Amino acid sequence: MKIAVCVKQVPEGNSRIDPETKRLDRSGEGALNAFDANAVEEALRLKDATGEGEVVLVSMGPPKAQDALRKALAMGADRAVLVTDEAAAGSDLVATSYTLAKALEREGADVILFGQQAGDSDGAVLWAAVADRLRLPVVSQAAEITQADGKLTVKRQTEFGYDVIEAPLPAVVAVSDAINEPRYPSLKGIMGAKSKAQATLSLSDLGVEGDRAGEQGSRTEVYGLNDPPARSESKKIEDNGNAAQAILDFLAEKRLV
Amino acid sequence: MSTLVFLEHHGHELLKGSLGVLSKAAAFADADVAGVVIGSKVRALADQAGKFGAPKLYVADDARLEAPLPQPRVDVLAQLVRDKGIDTVLFGNSVLAADVAAGLAARLDAGLNWDLADLVQQDGKLVGKRPALQDSVYVDVGWKSEPRIALFRSGSFDPVAAGGSAQVEDVAVALEDFSTSARMVDQAHEESEGPSIEDAPVIVAGGRGLGGPENFTLVEELAKALGGAVGATRAVVDAGWYPYSTQVGQTGKTVSPKLYIACGISGAIQHKVGMQSSGVIVAINKDTNAPIFEFSDLGVVGDVHEVVPRLTELVRARKAS
Ligand SMILES: Cc1cc2nc3c(=O)[nH]c(=O)nc-3n(C[C@H](O)[C@H](O)[C@H](O)COP(=O)(O)OP(=O)(O)OC[C@H]3O[C@@H](n4cnc5c(N)ncnc54)[C@H](O)[C@@H]3O)c2cc1C
Ligand SMILES: Nc1ncnc2c1ncn2[C@@H]1O[C@H](COP(=O)(O)O)[C@@H](O)[C@H]1O
Repeated sequence: MKIAVCVKQVPEGNSRIDPETKRLDRSGEGALNAFDANAVEEALRLKDATGEGEVVLVSMGPPKAQDALRKALAMGADRAVLVTDEAAAGSDLVATSYTLAKALEREGADVILFGQQAGDSDGAVLWAAVADRLRLPVVSQAAEITQADGKLTVKRQTEFGYDVIEAPLPAVVAVSDAINEPRYPSLKGIMGAKSKAQATLSLSDLGVEGDRAGEQGSRTEVYGLNDPPARSESKKIEDNGNAAQAILDFLAEKRLV
Repeated sequence: MSTLVFLEHHGHELLKGSLGVLSKAAAFADADVAGVVIGSKVRALADQAGKFGAPKLYVADDARLEAPLPQPRVDVLAQLVRDKGIDTVLFGNSVLAADVAAGLAARLDAGLNWDLADLVQQDGKLVGKRPALQDSVYVDVGWKSEPRIALFRSGSFDPVAAGGSAQVEDVAVALEDFSTSARMVDQAHEESEGPSIEDAPVIVAGGRGLGGPENFTLVEELAKALGGAVGATRAVVDAGWYPYSTQVGQTGKTVSPKLYIACGISGAIQHKVGMQSSGVIVAINKDTNAPIFEFSDLGVVGDVHEVVPRLTELVRARKAS
């Protein structure tokens, strides 16, 4: 079974928006989007369950996203494809889903997995757009996936309880962060990752026309940044053994105990 | 502005989130608003739609639309937007609505702005207010083309029952093959047992930072000492550590106790929307960068296994004295 996993590199630590470009500042250190580790883990699990196949990472981002991809390769993914192109910077949902779908089309995977959300955008929407472009069934928020007889059975949570949804392959599935416990890369995995294939594709390699990517290809725009509504004062303390007492005093002051 | 509001329903009722968005849309000065309900045997929802601000209601009624799956709904909406010349499509966030909105954006190559807390008209333009980066910044966002698609954060608007009635127009349903290939095989609607956490004056909530289901006794003990109830995050509910009925957040309950104590919870947006209106928020998390600290009145950087049992003891001692 061939499984493609869409993974993203996100800025490490606290992110900021560049007031000039009004884009997320991606100049600092990057990391593998933590939610995507669950998708990689699930891909490895599905591959192991069938006993054969391949796990391919598909990502779109700046060249240094290779580092984040290497982490997922160290977990056990077989190879990676990074779409990287100056002209793709600033892509919104419409543009990103178009480019990613083009990259995924080339792979022709049986299952395409997504993480629950990108930690920098908190979108939790991309998979549905990509699935529509690929004309494939989609199931989101998967808390459990089983596969048999050319179809996936997915258990997932909604506002009203649990759904069980069946989808024939090929299918797109976005996993919840509770679906599994992502493995830590072993030393062997980390060493092995260095020799795994990490291909780079430009937009023209994918046949993505310039006006379908980046800001040109985007249908949304950012006008400006504002401060959030003012909040009442908040305190933050480190526990040096007396935090419990500090909480109690605070609650007493607020007449909550 | 010709606006379409996606009206989601469950158990013969339109959802409060959808009705809030409908009321918001109806309040725009030049509003030309219609609602749309998509499902099976849903025509009866017209009364409710009219009452909350839809003078017009499109109804797509078909047995194939019974299960709340997103892709057939994209087919219906795409057709409606094209046929009726709709320029703005609004959604209240939900698991279903997010997937429908994003699918529709791709289908129509339309801009989608998500997680909006508000929508205003500014200099003749529609501007969305989008809290970003753990709500540390509010971004003004817009659309470069039509139709514009917006997905609103849960609880952004209260429904306003202005009275009125909706003129119903049935829409024909043509579905794509791939849209109907996923199938709902079971829906387990969990009834909550025990007292509802929605009425509890104090909630002590536990997240994945507790480390395992057995450690939920820590939050249970503290909740008991404070005379409160126990809440949980989706991560621990999905992992089977605690019952679904205690889940706080976008897909769980919205609570506003006098006191909310978050133990080992990161404070993701989807959790925040369910508890941000609590009176006082105290958070205990060992990661000093955890988003939960951005909206806590008192944040404690520490280990729940140390802090929580000690706090329980102190509360008990105080009550005993
Ligand atoms: C469509 C959608 C709907 C969702 N609906 C909901 C919802 O209704 N409710 C909800 O809660 N979530 C929901 N989520 C999930 C949400 O995005 C988060 O993934 C989830 O809230 C995380 O749960 P958590 O805080 O328990 O786990 P984590 O994010 O893993 O956080 C655990 C925290 O514990 C801390 N920690 C670890 N060990 C310790 C220790 N010993 N002492 C102290 N702190 C420690 C860590 O620093 C970390 O911050 C939804 C997501 C999506 C995409
Ligand atoms: N640039 C990207 N490249 C590859 N996958 C991505 C990218 N952005 C988002 N994803 C995937 O889409 C999921 C949801 O992202 P979002 O809808 O942006 O929150 C992530 O968890 C990733 O699996």
